Amino acid sequence: MTQSGSPISAADVAKVARLARLDIDDAQIEHFTEQLGKVMAHFADIDALNLDGVVPMTQPYPLVNVMREDIEMPTLDTDEVLAAAPAAEERRFRVPPIIGIEG
Amino acid sequence: MSAIPTTASAIAAAIASKQITAREVIDSYLAQIDARESDIHAFNLVMADSARAQADAIDADIAAGRPVGPLAGVPIALKDNMCTRGVETTCSSKILEGWKPPYDATVVTKLREAGAIVVGKTNLDEFAMGSSTENSAFGATRNPLDTSRVPGGSSGGSAAAVAAGFAPVSLGSDTGGSIRQPAAMCGVVGVKPTYGRVSRYGLVAYASSLDQIGPFATTVADAALITEAIAGHDVHDSTSIPQDVPSFVAAAAQGVKGMRIGRVTDLPEGAEPEVKARLDAAFAALEAAGATVVDVQLPSLSYALTAYYLIAPAEASSNLARFDGVRFGLRVNAADTNAMYGATRAAGFGDEVQRRIMLGTYALSAGYYDAYYGKALKVRRIIAEDFNRAYESVDVILTPTSPVVAFKFGDKVDDPMSMYLCDIYTIPTNLAGHPGMSVPFGTGAHGLPVGIQVLAPALGEEAMFRVGGALEAAAGGAQ
Repeated sequence: MTQSGSPISAADVAKVARLARLDIDDAQIEHFTEQLGKVMAHFADIDALNLDGVVPMTQPYPLVNVMREDIEMPTLDTDEVLAAAPAAEERRFRVPPIIGIEG
Repeated sequence: MSAIPTTASAIAAAIASKQITAREVIDSYLAQIDARESDIHAFNLVMADSARAQADAIDADIAAGRPVGPLAGVPIALKDNMCTRGVETTCSSKILEGWKPPYDATVVTKLREAGAIVVGKTNLDEFAMGSSTENSAFGATRNPLDTSRVPGGSSGGSAAAVAAGFAPVSLGSDTGGSIRQPAAMCGVVGVKPTYGRVSRYGLVAYASSLDQIGPFATTVADAALITEAIAGHDVHDSTSIPQDVPSFVAAAAQGVKGMRIGRVTDLPEGAEPEVKARLDAAFAALEAAGATVVDVQLPSLSYALTAYYLIAPAEASSNLARFDGVRFGLRVNAADTNAMYGATRAAGFGDEVQRRIMLGTYALSAGYYDAYYGKALKVRRIIAEDFNRAYESVDVILTPTSPVVAFKFGDKVDDPMSMYLCDIYTIPTNLAGHPGMSVPFGTGAHGLPVGIQVLAPALGEEAMFRVGGALEAAAGGAQ
């Protein structure tokens, strides 16, 4: 595993951009590599901490399965929702083909 | 026509007792917006027509003797990341430009039911990511006290709107200081309630375990009044706390006799000397008002910034996955869906948002999760435990809100780390989920306002407002 203090590489940034669905160009990858490297370098301060046995805290209050009575409640108006979409057809969101078109 | 009062409580009282009409109030505030908004750019949208119509309806109710809400006729500005049904909600991002939500945020519903009038949607750092409002896709907001300087952020528009007299009160959201820091820089009061005190339903999520809505106001009493109006459990937000809301307005007037005020002896360095001097003066003022100052240690505080800048981007990378060009906002067309996602998100998100999404995606990615995100969550736990230990011996903790006064445009925009350091004193509270507020307390460098931050344990808003009220009284007396 990489030490958390080591700077991020351009290849890392390109991979992360792909995972994050951000279609950015080489110049931006270079720009982000430099800036993210500086930010990540600061994160080395927690490397030395002994955190064995500390329970991770994901939220301020421990909540488990907040339930409510299963009663009918008003929902959003479908027409109003679809009116805000970039493309809609037959009361559905319309998207480009899911399977990629090569070439 | 009598003079227009400047506080929400006085406006509501004057309208209810027919000393003044809601229409006169809203016209006066809209005139102030007309006069200065082109210099300040506090708003993404001014809702003059609907505000006047709502005011006329309130006046008709009052004339006919029908009951009106406790905030009837009080103008309020909303940060543009809170959903308003049928009214553009942009988060100051190109990816949401033109989007009209199909529902109101719970805070908007509560304010409308109380009779408050929404005057407009205020500018912010895109998706609330920033500390200066320079990251808005629609241009920066200027500080009304010095237009060559930033108003702070991310709720810079809401802070500037109150400081410029565009509205007596406004709402912002605070994930790492985004209400308190701009309040300090614009010389107004800003409150981040306890996590879960105010429903987040209809607040466009940045980091769900940290985000909280709260008010800006010119007085502590007004901030208490608006906090009361928006607080309470909401079935639409499972993280909202099912607890009654006490009278914060009463607390604000109660004084601090017998209270124990915490002074952090190991506070992270970096505050300007003038800011430190104001903090010393604040301790002295509270002692003079009958409180005791007690030293406390928060040894993990220096790690808060790192934990925050791993946790918040991690949550953001997940929350912002929904902006994909399918259901709302911008779409950049492409041959297939995957290419459409990438093109839409690259075109729609600004620099800082992309940076944080990538930071979060990296921290969560296979092989790095334990080293970064997992570790940050453990640091979060020890920070919360440090606070809880300190609150065994004190009622509140006092720190500066921001290490620096309002800075010039462009000073920090190319250096993310120096911008992030602006939130060094505000971030720890968000990690713990506790309430905090900023109260203006005199001036620092260049005669610019300094805010003092009052922190309290979870659901400890009454203690926080007591101290806030006392600081305000002392600051008023000193001026």
